[in-house]
Parts: sequence; structure tokens; C-alpha cells
Amino acid sequence: MRAPRFHPCGNYKEVYARELALFETDFGRLWAFVGVAVLFCVVPFVSPPYLLYVINTTGIAAIAALGLNILVGFTGQISLGHGAFFGVGAYAGAVLATTCGLPFLVAVPGAGIVAALTGMVFGIPSGRLKGLYLTIATLAGQFIIEYLLVHWEAVTKGTMGIMLPGASLFGLEINTDLRFFFVIFASLTALTLMASNLMRTRYGRAFIAIRDNDRAAEGMGIPIFFYKLLSFAVSSFYAGFAGGLWAYYMRSISTEPFTLGLSVEYLAMVIIGGLGSIPGSIFGAVFITGLNESLRFATDALMNFPGLSGYGLNMASLREFAFGLAIVLFILIEPKGLAELWRIVRSSFRLWPFSY
Amino acid sequence: MEFFLQLLINGLSVGLLYGLSALGFVMIFKSSSVLNFAHGQLLAIGAFFFLVLVSWLQLPVALAFLVTLAGSFVLGFTVERIFLRPLIGEPLIFVIMLTVGLSSMFKGLLLFFFGGNLQTYPDFLPASLGMQFGGITIAPVYVASSLMGVTFLVLFGLFFKYSPQGIFMRSVADNQTAALSLGVHVKKVFALSWAIAALVASMSGIVLGVINGINVHEISSIGLKVFPVVILGGLDSIGGAIIGGIIIGLLETFTSGYLSPSLRDVIPYIVLVAILLVKPYGLFGLVEIERV
Repeated sequence: MRAPRFHPCGNYKEVYARELALFETDFGRLWAFVGVAVLFCVVPFVSPPYLLYVINTTGIAAIAALGLNILVGFTGQISLGHGAFFGVGAYAGAVLATTCGLPFLVAVPGAGIVAALTGMVFGIPSGRLKGLYLTIATLAGQFIIEYLLVHWEAVTKGTMGIMLPGASLFGLEINTDLRFFFVIFASLTALTLMASNLMRTRYGRAFIAIRDNDRAAEGMGIPIFFYKLLSFAVSSFYAGFAGGLWAYYMRSISTEPFTLGLSVEYLAMVIIGGLGSIPGSIFGAVFITGLNESLRFATDALMNFPGLSGYGLNMASLREFAFGLAIVLFILIEPKGLAELWRIVRSSFRLWPFSY
Repeated sequence: MEFFLQLLINGLSVGLLYGLSALGFVMIFKSSSVLNFAHGQLLAIGAFFFLVLVSWLQLPVALAFLVTLAGSFVLGFTVERIFLRPLIGEPLIFVIMLTVGLSSMFKGLLLFFFGGNLQTYPDFLPASLGMQFGGITIAPVYVASSLMGVTFLVLFGLFFKYSPQGIFMRSVADNQTAALSLGVHVKKVFALSWAIAALVASMSGIVLGVINGINVHEISSIGLKVFPVVILGGLDSIGGAIIGGIIIGLLETFTSGYLSPSLRDVIPYIVLVAILLVKPYGLFGLVEIERV
């Protein structure tokens, strides 16, 4: 057995395989396994019910944010339609589960695939457009999908919404927050691993090349339209998968949540977490969900406090303000996001106590 | 025929409003290539500022108007100084998300101070401004807004074509680095363009407020309507903004009149995608030539 690898004090990689390794050091791998073990064996059993609910929604948001980061952070195509793709996934999951009567295990990935196809359709403008023109095209996509969700009543039942049957996996009813926790976080772990591995393949490298300079990438023989569409598809698959899980978790869905506001929220997660960073997407999801929940908590507390209920009502509008402020501050102060802060913290402990 | 004429008039007036609202947006884009998602909130801030001065402080209308203009000029200047200057040269996504964040901040503040209810101005436009063509009357406010639209169109056209500041702005939009090396004061250009854009936005906001009443959500959503308008006209064309506005306005009213009212809000975006695919730089936009 070889000696375990710790952080070297410089770049001593000798083969490409080491550069591409999933975990830079054995120490990192160990911590990752410990982290996953704690997540699955300790967290769900010590959290009170409401916190568990929040953790579950965070996990779903993290899956969607991961997908958006593949598109925005790695491929450099800004999308303002991610919330709509999430909605497409939620509705696809619901329709597959009710009208088609498919089981949970098929309906959720199926939702992802439907969303991926939708994402490819709305990614077609990327063949001719880039930068802010593409952003506006995805904005249009957001509004068009929102309209279809409300008005295509034969499928989506319009504003009535759809009730879903209970989820069950291998004969086990998934009906409590605790059981959903395992489903959601097992999916998140698998999808995170998939995303990290995707970035180590030729596909991921093509995405990054397109982000850095799409003309140059094309000159080097990368078919950029194909890869842009692929990136839209992968990203929407994540959104749709998350949407499908969300639909099952909520048990009933309506058209209201999937607005431009949701798209902006996902973009905020990606920016605050760190563009082009896989752990960053998860940090961002935790940050934004945490911010929303703590502000909601503050609002509720003020509402119930005698004499201050008027202020509590006003606090609701300040949630919007705080959300905007968080985005603005991160962009101005730490544009690389929480992932960069985390790297700074880690690297100051590297080589401790003899860091330089 | 009667119905058609009515729709035509409605569409023209709504479209003119869209065009007016888009003016400030185009100003910012033309000089700094920033896609301003906070534009709707700039409109709303202008409208509410005027409301405070006119209804709460009871200032005379002309004075209130001037104070609003001055205030929004300062606001635009400050926003650029604090939030956008650090981002000169940063990637597009940060600039876009910054304006998205700003829009959310402004909206939160407006909701905090004014609430989400509809408010209205006292009636101050003289009735003699109204016009009569055969059987169709045009309300004074529409006459005022078309006058404003035409005035701005001419003023800005001249400004960008002949004044040194206008030429600086165009040069900065075209190529920041080249403009810098030729001695253009890029920071001053940005500050000035945001200040002017906020000023124009607040004027459009007041007109919107006079016509539809002032509501934070309503006016903010007009900020998003601006996108199809400016893409249709070409992102950096002032005349294009007005014409794009009118086309979108007509499209909306005719769709809701002849097809279905629910399609009204989504039809501009469907057209938007179609235009982007066929003619990415709009009707009057400048075609960018890209070099690696």
C-alpha cells in the first residue's frame, strides 16, 4: 500500500491522471466520505421536523443549482429560464405519475428527460446568439413556458394544479420527511458525482473551452452548437429531476412558483456559491434557502410580537431587499462566491503552522 | 371597422408608452453595453418621487417635475458610482446579475415605503391638450406623452450625432479599450449616461403613473416588457425603441382583440424569439462584427 497523500507544498503532479483526479489528496477523500457519512447517519436523526423539511428543500434546490452551474458556470451560457425548466420537470413528473401511471422510480428521471428536451428546444437560439442576446432569448423562454403551464389545460389542468400519488420505492412507501431525506440526498450525491465526473471528460473540457472563447473553441474543432445544446440539455435535466422530486415531495403542484423570480433565485445561488464550482452550487443553495428561511422566521416573529405586527408586514417587503443586497454584495466583494471563501479558509490551514 | 380603429388607437398609445419606457434603457445600453434589469424600478422610483412631491408635499407641478428630474439624475449618478463602476471590465453575467440584484433591492424598498396598493396623482394636465379627430378623442395625457416621445427622439438623435459627449458615449459603447486609449474619459461617460438614463426613466415613469396609476408591481413589470421592445428595434437605436414600442403595443392589442386576451402578455416574447433567430440585431441595431 502506498503512503497516503497530503497536500503538497507546490504543484508536483507528474501525470495527467493526477491532475484530473476527483480528490486531490487522500485526506480530501477521507473528509468527503466522513462528510457523506455524517450527512446520512447523523443529520436526519437529530434534526427537528421543520429543519428536516428545510434541509430537504435545500437538497432539491442544490440539484437544480448544480444543473444551472453546468450551463452558466462551465459553459458560459447565461440562462434566465431555469425556474421554468424546473416547472416543466415538476409538471412532467406529475403528469407521468397521474395520467401515465408510472412509478416513482421512472417518473422522476422521466421528468428530467422531458425537461432536457424542452431545454434543448429553448437552447436552439444559442446556435446564433450569445451573451446578452441569448440571455434575453432564455428570458423569453421563461415567459413562454410559464404561459404554456397555465394555458395548456389538457395536460397541466391549468390553475387547478395536479395532485400526485404517494411515492414508493421498491415497495417502500416514501411518505415522511425522513424517507424523502434519503431519496433526495442520495440523488444529490449521485448527481454531484456525475457532474464532477462530467467535467473530467471531453464533454466537460469542451464546455469550458466554449466558455473561455467560443470562436477559438470552434477553430480547434469543437462543434460548439452541439455542445451548447448538450449543455442546455444536461442543465435542464438536473432542473427537471429536481422539479420531479419537488412535485412528489409537495404532493400537489400549481403553476405559481415557477416564475422569473425562481430563475433569478437559481442564478443567485450559482453566483453566490461560485461560478464554475461544483461544491459552490451546493453552498449557494444552502445560503439562499437559509436566507429565505431566516428572513421568513424573522418576519413571523415580528408579526406575532404585540405592537410590532405592522412592522412585521413591512418586513415581508424587506425580504426582497435582503435578497437583492446579498447578490449585490457578493458580486462587488467576492465575485467568485462562497467556494472561493472556502478555498481561502482551507488554504490557510494547509501547511499549517508553516504557511507562507 | 370601428373595433379595428379602437384597437389601433389603443395599440398606438400603449406602444408609445413602451417606447418611452425603453428610452432610458437604450441610453444605458448605447453608452455602456449594460443590460439594465432594474429599469422598471427606475421608472417606479421616478413615479413615486413625483407622487411624494405633488400629493404629499403639495409642491406646484412644474417645480415638482424639475425636482424629480434633478433627484433622478443624482440617483442615476450614485447608482453608477457605487454599484457599476467596480464592474467595468467584468464578465457579462456579473453585470447582469448586479442589475437584477439592484432591481430586487429597489423593489423591496419601494414596497416598504409605499406598499403594493395603487396610488394616483391629482389631475394636473390641462384639458385643452386633448385632441379630436372626427369621432375619436385622444386624451390629453397621450398627446403629452407623444410630444415627449418626439422631443426626446429629436434631442437624443442630435445629442448622439453631434455633441462631443454623445460621440464619446458611442465610442465607449463600441470599444472601451480603444476609447480609453484615445483619451475618452470612460468613467465620466458611464456616470453621465446612467444619470441621463435615470432622468429619462423617471419622466417615463411619471407619464405611466398619470395614465395607469402607480403600483410597484405594475411599473416593475413594464421594465421587463422593455426587452422585446428594444430587441425588436435594435438594442442601441433610440428611434428603434420608439418604433419597436409601437409595434409591440399594436401586436398586443390586436392579439387580445382578435385572438385571445390571455395571449396578450406572451405574444411579445414569442415574437422576440422569432426576431432573434432571424435578425439578431433587430430592425435598426448596429451589427457587431466579432474578432477572436
